[in-house]
Amino acid sequence: MTTATAQITPLDAAPPASRQRWIERFAGLGFAAPAFILLVLTNLAPLAALAFLSFTNYELGALDFSFVGLKNFSAALQDSVVRRSVTNTLLYVAIVVPGGVLISLLVAILIHQRKRTRSLYEVIYFLPVTSTLIAMATMWQFLLHPTLGLINQALKGLGFAETAFLSDPRLVIPTLAAIGIWQLVGFNMVLFLAGLSAIPRDLYEAVDIDGASHPIDRFLKVTWPMLGPTTMFVTVTTFITAFKIFDTVAVMTRGGPGGASEVLLYAIYLEGFQYFHMSYAATLTLVFLAFTLVFSVLQTFILDRRVHY
Amino acid sequence: MRTSTTIARPPTPVAIRMRRLVSLALVHAVLIGGAVFMLLPFVFMLTSAIKPPGEIFEATFRLWPRQFYGWQNFESALSTAPLLRFLLNGLIVCGGILVVQLLVAIPCAYALAKLRFPGRPILFSLVLLGLCIPVQAPSLPLYIAFAELGILNTYLSMMMPFFLSVFAIFLFRQFFKSYPDEIIQAARLDGVGEFEIVWRIVVPSAWPAIAAFSIFSVVAHWNDLYWPLIVVSDTKLATPPLGMMYFADSELGSNYGALAAGATIITAPLVIAFLIARRRFIAGITMTGIK
Repeated sequence: MTTATAQITPLDAAPPASRQRWIERFAGLGFAAPAFILLVLTNLAPLAALAFLSFTNYELGALDFSFVGLKNFSAALQDSVVRRSVTNTLLYVAIVVPGGVLISLLVAILIHQRKRTRSLYEVIYFLPVTSTLIAMATMWQFLLHPTLGLINQALKGLGFAETAFLSDPRLVIPTLAAIGIWQLVGFNMVLFLAGLSAIPRDLYEAVDIDGASHPIDRFLKVTWPMLGPTTMFVTVTTFITAFKIFDTVAVMTRGGPGGASEVLLYAIYLEGFQYFHMSYAATLTLVFLAFTLVFSVLQTFILDRRVHY
Repeated sequence: MRTSTTIARPPTPVAIRMRRLVSLALVHAVLIGGAVFMLLPFVFMLTSAIKPPGEIFEATFRLWPRQFYGWQNFESALSTAPLLRFLLNGLIVCGGILVVQLLVAIPCAYALAKLRFPGRPILFSLVLLGLCIPVQAPSLPLYIAFAELGILNTYLSMMMPFFLSVFAIFLFRQFFKSYPDEIIQAARLDGVGEFEIVWRIVVPSAWPAIAAFSIFSVVAHWNDLYWPLIVVSDTKLATPPLGMMYFADSELGSNYGALAAGATIITAPLVIAFLIARRRFIAGITMTGIK
């Protein structure tokens, strides 16, 4: 209709460019509105509420609350459960990050050179990523049973003493970390495999001509430097995943024995959703956010530069 | 040292072949050792699911039981816990989340990629900010709000926090940006509205990104325990992981054969989907690269 008018009186009709601009504004706002509203409702407003709550003494069901300033924060600093949770989480991260990155790098390099067996190994190593961790954690619990478990029976057969992996306070976090690594090696391996296939072949040939044909030389001179960005990304993602450990603790140990496997997210879950100390849990969530924020920002920054087609 | 000998005296073909064979055997030994560790709980789960109680913890591990007990285990698993209901719940929740995520994120991503409108830079900054916030962070205020609204223990409460995926917006925006402007302009000149341009012209070309995101979303929400554990206390509404947790905690938790059978049922759908669409899964992870 507009085009028809434009043909009759070209001078009166709005020029197509400005009409187009107007349509774009209208459509753009309309298309973005549902996302924006949901972003406010499910992300931004809750974050603001979280910050607000952390300065109050609100508990779920309470009719009334008051501002307590930084009391929650100082209480958190002195809370032995919080301290233990932070230490345990950091210990878990300190095992899972190097383990999960280096093992998956090794697996990826070994698999990358296979031809016939590559897809078989790929499937096997990736399997834990798609499986429901809760179900598999239950199976690990059986396998790790101090007397009946298959792993202890194997250890006994090899002449070692029975080991209570999940009820020994010194072993519980390393054991959970091993399961954490088991779960994410396949995921990281896939990212490393993609990185490896992006390395140009002639780089290896150039190194061969230089006389450095030993696999370790090839790794140090070509693979490692060329994989730099992938390694960086995998490390950051692994850190964030490891920091969010919750499932295995909730199912296998519930923070035990004697608090030896209490972790931050589990502490938040208990405070907020079991004891309903909302304001205190909000404070702990902010602590959790503070720890992950640097890495999340880094991840977003890399993603912004990395995703391309 | 080894290199110097190689230079001085070229090794015989036999020596080269021997060395290659040894290194190949070493590589496979490492990979098979790792594979055993990766498969251990799966093999244990599948074999326990068909063993009678007395055989599960026998000192010598055998793959096939002396007495096949699979029917009994699966039957008692299915009759004591509504496992199929858990799977259905998982399907409803994951499906609902994914559909709304796509309906909300695709137009927004298109607007961010191709339309000039006021507030666009701010919105994109908010999307990047949203990417930095772990899903567990807003859960406390959302729980309070849902409790006040009286919608805890509903499918809606399980899905609502995930309706907006900033990651989907981010991923699709990148994809749409590379879509040629000329085609969009030509469609506009033909009188095609923006709505139709998105859904009929741009979306079909973004199929790989949509598939990748869908896989990422379904795997994440099918396996999520944290949020369902918080908002659901009604067993009938439990998703697969939550149902598994109830199951393991119940009296039946000591019936290891049935528990392994239950774990098999809970784990099977996604694992089978992965085995069928292996290439898509792996391409999806490579493209999205985030959990």
